[in-house]
Amino acid sequence: MKSFRLTAGLAALLALPAFAQSQLTIVNFGGANGNAQKKAYFEPFEKSGAAKIQAVEYNGEQAKIKAMVETKKITWDVVEVESPDVSRGCDEGLFEKLDYGKIGNKADFQPAAIHECGIGIFVWSTVMAYNGDKLKDGPQTWADFWDTKKFPGKRGLRKGARYNLEFALMADGVKPADVYKVLATKEGADRAFKKLTELKPSIQWWEAGAQPPQFLVAGDVVMTSAYNGRIDAAQREGKNLKIGWSGGIYDLDYWTIVKGSPNKDAALKFIAFASSPDAQAEYARNISYGPTNNKALAKLDAKVLAMLPTSPANSKDALQFNIKFWADQGEELEKRFASWAAQ
Amino acid sequence: MSAAVLGSTELRRSLQRVETRRRIVAIALTLPLLIFLLATLLVPIGALLVRAIENPEIAGTLPRTGAALAGWDRKAEPPAAAFAALAADLGALKETSDAGALARRLNTEVAGARSLIMGTYRALPLGDGLSPEQSREKMLALDARWAELKYWQAIAKNASRWTPDYLLTAVDLRRSPDGRIEQVAPDQRVFTRILGRTFQISAIVTLCCLLLAYPLAYWLSTLPARKANVLMILVLVPFWTSILVRVAAWIVLLQREGLVNKSLLALSIVDEPLTLLFNRTGVIISMVHILLPFMILPLYSVMKSVPPTYLRAAVSLGSPPLAAFFRVYLPQTWPGIGAGGLLVFILAIGYYVTPALLGGADDQMLSYYIAQYTNVDVNWGMACALGTVLLTATLILYAAYRRVVKSELSLG
Repeated sequence: MKSFRLTAGLAALLALPAFAQSQLTIVNFGGANGNAQKKAYFEPFEKSGAAKIQAVEYNGEQAKIKAMVETKKITWDVVEVESPDVSRGCDEGLFEKLDYGKIGNKADFQPAAIHECGIGIFVWSTVMAYNGDKLKDGPQTWADFWDTKKFPGKRGLRKGARYNLEFALMADGVKPADVYKVLATKEGADRAFKKLTELKPSIQWWEAGAQPPQFLVAGDVVMTSAYNGRIDAAQREGKNLKIGWSGGIYDLDYWTIVKGSPNKDAALKFIAFASSPDAQAEYARNISYGPTNNKALAKLDAKVLAMLPTSPANSKDALQFNIKFWADQGEELEKRFASWAAQ
Repeated sequence: MSAAVLGSTELRRSLQRVETRRRIVAIALTLPLLIFLLATLLVPIGALLVRAIENPEIAGTLPRTGAALAGWDRKAEPPAAAFAALAADLGALKETSDAGALARRLNTEVAGARSLIMGTYRALPLGDGLSPEQSREKMLALDARWAELKYWQAIAKNASRWTPDYLLTAVDLRRSPDGRIEQVAPDQRVFTRILGRTFQISAIVTLCCLLLAYPLAYWLSTLPARKANVLMILVLVPFWTSILVRVAAWIVLLQREGLVNKSLLALSIVDEPLTLLFNRTGVIISMVHILLPFMILPLYSVMKSVPPTYLRAAVSLGSPPLAAFFRVYLPQTWPGIGAGGLLVFILAIGYYVTPALLGGADDQMLSYYIAQYTNVDVNWGMACALGTVLLTATLILYAAYRRVVKSELSLG
């Protein structure tokens, strides 16, 4: 009898989630971006009563998703992924194909936001940043960034080949539009590494997106590459950090649904909600990442718009990150970078 | 008489029975540990070793192409039949994910193969009833890169289910298209350097730990138990704190305008703030701090067991104090030095978080690249091969240690 009661209790416990509101596990990168998502997307979605959301942070490791799909134990539903991973994961069958009929009108979105396995969440940019209290006339171009005579001191750059090779070529006089054409050739890659070598003694490498603003505030570096949203978050805390938009590399993050997710419908509903103009406008007010839904722009005032990577003034000399190039060349260039760093 | 004989055989039998029972109990008691070790250590390590040489992607997806390329000399353009076979193989793939896995595998061999394979896969089928020559024309029209030999060489080279390539790459070697083993180009030569760097950092950390821990452990061992216990807690408290917290604390202390630099400037020891962070110095300082308890504990327990009378006896017999220390005391603490050194060294070579957060691009140790291949590139074959190299290096070191010390590892 006792054991029967125990079994019955256990069964009820296991069955409980089925009766209760469905629960969605949404995975993002945390930090300032995670907070903005919580405010603009998670909390209003929960209030609408559609599903409970459990937010999980990760660091972009696709290995976790691959392991889940391979073992068929899917505990994540919606995952924010970076652009190279969306196409790679799509090719390798890690993500569900999206049913755009349930999300919205494709024509409302920026062309780059539409992918068969993911939809763009926001546009972000890797830009150069400096501390306005310490530098009156900050760097304007990547050539300035490389000019250690004019601006003595350390520079922060992301540990790895990605972005830095593009920056190096722009510092060497390559026009943004030609960067990937040049980098695709053997001579172009040599040229980028050679230019990077010039700056090597002055480079302080960063690993996590939270580090560059810290470096600037602590005075560890005079200028650094940084994610524009992180600089924005520091500005909101009253730090006088400045952004040089010229030659920034912009890119999108995407919502994806993990293949085999048991909550696919609720996941799609969430993605549709988070892609609506109102939710995206609210997100952009909380962190200066550009909306992918063009209709959200009309809801934002000029002050917010001026800080977005998508505004005309800021995107004038910017470069779009080339997913295809990095999907093909990434592993080899990263290996070459590791070898270069050791020399 | 006969009763006595009977009694002795019975006695022997019952003794045997008791012995067997005891043995079974002993085995049963160690069984949980054995199963635990098997499940958590031996099986994963076995899987790691297998994954380092497994190469199923190309053999599994392109069997016809592999057969068509079997007799190819790998120098001239491959036969037209190979183009047709490749189109047939790609067309026969059931899931996009199979093509994705193939594209990823080939891309690790030749950069660019990913887009080539996926682009071709998406454009299939070529059409019905084509002759091999027509298939070849169509493939080349689809993507002119199919005329380049390197992609075909990569397919031909990997047509078998097992490959030494990951392991070769992990030690900066490669198979040339015609099968010879050669060194990779200097600008791609990286893992031997990283392995050397890993051992170098670990050795420096071990040495620093020893130099700091030895006097401290000696002092602790001479104190009365109560005082020693209180001080031991001071050693152990940081030991119980999360590594990330300690790393973050070091960032606060060591940064350009951090406590250490401010004090040095205030005391006019230096004129300009020292660069203590995001370089080798920062990595070593914090690794020494984190690993110090692993050196102190074995040293302390060995020193506790060395009677202080020996040293006194040596001095009273006329030995100078330093000579007495080196010739009487030090040799008795060898087991502690050996155990502590080995423990710290082996823990240090696996370090990942500390160098990632406190080091620059050229301070990363092998585990950083293992994590990179596991998480970012999702090239698990390469990650496993690097893991195998690290494991082998550790085992060789342990064997060398046993040769030199000629005793089992003892923790005092």
